[in-house]
Amino acid sequence: MSGFTALLVRDLRLVWRRPGDVGVVLAFFVVAVVLFPLGIGPETNTLQRIAAGVLWCAALFAALLSLERLFAADYEDGTLDLLLLAPWPLELAALAKCTSHWIVTGLPLSLLAPVLGVAFGLDGGSLLALFATLLIGTPTLSLIGGLAAALTLGARKSGALLALLALPLCVPTLIFGAGAVETLAAGEGLWTHLAILGALALVALATTPWAIAAALRQAGE
Amino acid sequence: MADLHFLANPARFRRFSQRVLPSLGFATVLMLAFGLYMAFFVAPADYQQGQTVRIMFLHVPSAWLSMGGYALLAGLGASLLVWRHPLAALMARAAAPVGASFAAVCLLTGSLWGRPMWGTYWVWDARLTSMLLLFFLYLGHIALSRAYDEPERGDRSAAILALVGVINLPIIKFSVDWWNTLHQPASVTRLDAPAIHNSILIPLLWMAVSLLFLFIFLVLVRTETEIDRRRLENAAVQEEEAAA
Repeated sequence: MSGFTALLVRDLRLVWRRPGDVGVVLAFFVVAVVLFPLGIGPETNTLQRIAAGVLWCAALFAALLSLERLFAADYEDGTLDLLLLAPWPLELAALAKCTSHWIVTGLPLSLLAPVLGVAFGLDGGSLLALFATLLIGTPTLSLIGGLAAALTLGARKSGALLALLALPLCVPTLIFGAGAVETLAAGEGLWTHLAILGALALVALATTPWAIAAALRQAGE
Repeated sequence: MADLHFLANPARFRRFSQRVLPSLGFATVLMLAFGLYMAFFVAPADYQQGQTVRIMFLHVPSAWLSMGGYALLAGLGASLLVWRHPLAALMARAAAPVGASFAAVCLLTGSLWGRPMWGTYWVWDARLTSMLLLFFLYLGHIALSRAYDEPERGDRSAAILALVGVINLPIIKFSVDWWNTLHQPASVTRLDAPAIHNSILIPLLWMAVSLLFLFIFLVLVRTETEIDRRRLENAAVQEEEAAA
């Protein structure tokens, strides 16, 4: 487990020393979300209806945007080769990278989304639901996106390709994440959606580290 | 599967496919011709949907084959990653665009069928949406397998993607069904016949088998092409090295 923590701490420290990288992602999220009222019009009813979907989609795009560099820097400077040679499982390293990605993007996005939700006229319960679904759903995005990032390592046009690979796989999370807020507004309970989001996260947690490790191994060959 | 291992060698596969292809192609043409004749002239028009029901004979088998095609990609991906069969990579490369085409045919015919039946080319019906997502998964596989300068890396990346995709497909299907019941105010009435009559079922199954033959034929031809292409590339590299 020490390798896992070491890698996690190292990644977080790298981000800490260049906070601008995270700032850009969060700024993209805010700007992208703000564009929707400008494009659609300021009617509160419409905005309330689309708020959850818009915030979820924007969070998905923001998470993808930051994923391209997840393994790329390590791949280019040779760190990845050292990780491949390290005496602890590569699956744990993959999990550490995804965890650090979630801490620096998924977590701030979950905290930021309710603030923006206020601007869309969401009520307190919906804001809480938005926060909860993003908190449970974004780890899945980090894991699936991490897999897409590992698969496209060293590919041509890897950014667009990453999005093409990750987006269809992220559809279930998006449906249940954005759907939860809507069912709450319709007066139904939230727990089913949260439970399914949790299940999706667990499935991703149980499968993607192995796939990411396999992708990294063949990238390192 | 074990009996098929002898085909893992591309040269042996090529000899096998060259022996099989002409008769397979001939059978495909005959079966398709008879199947289309049955679909257009023998099968009765539906009392509600009229002549448009004939789209089904192309639409439904395409859906089956595009789903089966993705399962094939996953199987080929597994045999590439587990046994490193060189042929599996080439066949996956050959099969992905064929499967994607069947998915596209399914979407297009579905859309053309939807226009007279539902009054619109596209509805966010659960089946349409999951087929669209399957089509996107195919596109990802095709793009990924061709995104590398070294083709072997593309092959293996795409193999991993196919395996992950095949695990995800049921989840995507389930979530789209759920999403649809959330959003859709049951505006789409599907043909809810309790049992399909034989006069329609037999042409449908016949068309499914003929299109399966077409699928296999296309995949075999394209696999041969991939083998030749890979050989040409290797020869070109060797020539360059010899010159240098």
